[in-house]
Amino acid sequence: MRARIIQSIRRFFVEQGFLEVETPNLVPSPVPEAHIDLIGTPRGFLHASPEVCMKRILSAGFPKIFQICKCYREGERGHLHLPEFTLLEWYRSGADYGDLMADCEALICFVAGELGLGKTIQYRGKEIDLKAPWGRISVDGAFSAWSPVTLKEALETGRFEEMIVLHIEPRLNNSAPVFLYDYPAPLASLARLKQGNPDVGERFELYMGGLELANAFSELTDPAEQESRFKKENDIREKRGKKPYPIPSKFLEALRTMPPSAGIAFGVDRFVMLLTGAEKIDDVVAFTPEEL
Amino acid sequence: MTVYQASDLRKGLKILIDGQPYVVTDFTFTKPGKGQALYRARIKNMLTNRSDEKVYRSVDTFESANLQERKMQFLYNQEDEYCFMDTNNYEQVSLTEDQVGDAKNFLIDNLEVSILFFDVTPLGITLPNFVELKVTKADPWVKGDSAVGNSKPVTLETGYTLRVPPFVEEGSKISVDTRTGEYLTRVKE
Repeated sequence: MRARIIQSIRRFFVEQGFLEVETPNLVPSPVPEAHIDLIGTPRGFLHASPEVCMKRILSAGFPKIFQICKCYREGERGHLHLPEFTLLEWYRSGADYGDLMADCEALICFVAGELGLGKTIQYRGKEIDLKAPWGRISVDGAFSAWSPVTLKEALETGRFEEMIVLHIEPRLNNSAPVFLYDYPAPLASLARLKQGNPDVGERFELYMGGLELANAFSELTDPAEQESRFKKENDIREKRGKKPYPIPSKFLEALRTMPPSAGIAFGVDRFVMLLTGAEKIDDVVAFTPEEL
Repeated sequence: MTVYQASDLRKGLKILIDGQPYVVTDFTFTKPGKGQALYRARIKNMLTNRSDEKVYRSVDTFESANLQERKMQFLYNQEDEYCFMDTNNYEQVSLTEDQVGDAKNFLIDNLEVSILFFDVTPLGITLPNFVELKVTKADPWVKGDSAVGNSKPVTLETGYTLRVPPFVEEGSKISVDTRTGEYLTRVKE
């Protein structure tokens, strides 16, 4: 089943005219992120996402690319997390995050169709209706509707994630997938700010059956702005007693020629969970770290 | 005293919160989006047995609860009170019927058990896995009576009743598994 899902994802992108790329997993300077710890090796880091290299390929003039690869994050282990997991990323130039929402709808319907699941899937006793368009709610709207504290207060007191996990995610376990969009600018380090509302970045997360499945941006293409945001991410790391990461300077260089684009990271393991009814990520991989 | 981080939390870990001992009974790691990790734990207060849901972040730390297991001998019970003695220093301690729980079915004089203490407060009792007990009441086996299968009920010296094979007679001694409460074997004296 896992193999069929992955083959089907590939077929979708090839049919849509995307070029499949391969980039190194071992890199000297991945994207510095406040809350993602990398796994270091004597020769560099294992990437937490292939975005640095993929955006360099975009800048080199390839407008539609995708990749399915292993990614690594230190200390992440739970029923939805593995320290080594499989990510699908795709990028479109001349597009924004709205186009990626449409891609998500088309991709998931295509794969479910190829597997013979039709337009509704069953996940853990719930029916999920895949007919597009799916639900869309802004982060601000979700906080107003469901959070006991305001978005502003949650950000100031460092309780944003707590409100998301305890009060918002349970509401996103709907009978249809939902896009949670427009994140506060400080939480969208790689995203372009929204025109007319610089307080938010054009970022969305896709939730399906209560699982967070994908994270997307309208990409920031301003190298100076990106460098200053990387420094901010590193500052947060240092304040939390963590080591800052090297700034990926060749990536910043490549941003100068990167066209306006949008990119997305999509959790393949969790997608397999949704299509197979698995309760734990352990159930969709051949080996968990504990079994090695 | 050991200091734990939120990422060290796992089922069964015993920690100190506001001066009280808690055991982690359930634990999940979550990490929304690109945000900070959250550690959701279900914890049980070992003094009151009350459960609570908590959310911790990676910056949160905990002290280990100072728990100590002591070997003690069962002396007697009087109404709701079960009295035990430390065989090293002859110190006596009593537990309530609630704290003793199902273990009361297997407590006979001089039985050696482990008692878990938080500082000087006893929290609970762990029995040896197997205890030998005398059968005080057993009906004779009626041959051909197979209506209830190949076993019959007997009562032990503690008042506990269980099913045993037909050959066990009144006055004999049997070994019982205290974890399941089931008959294990007949003991020759």
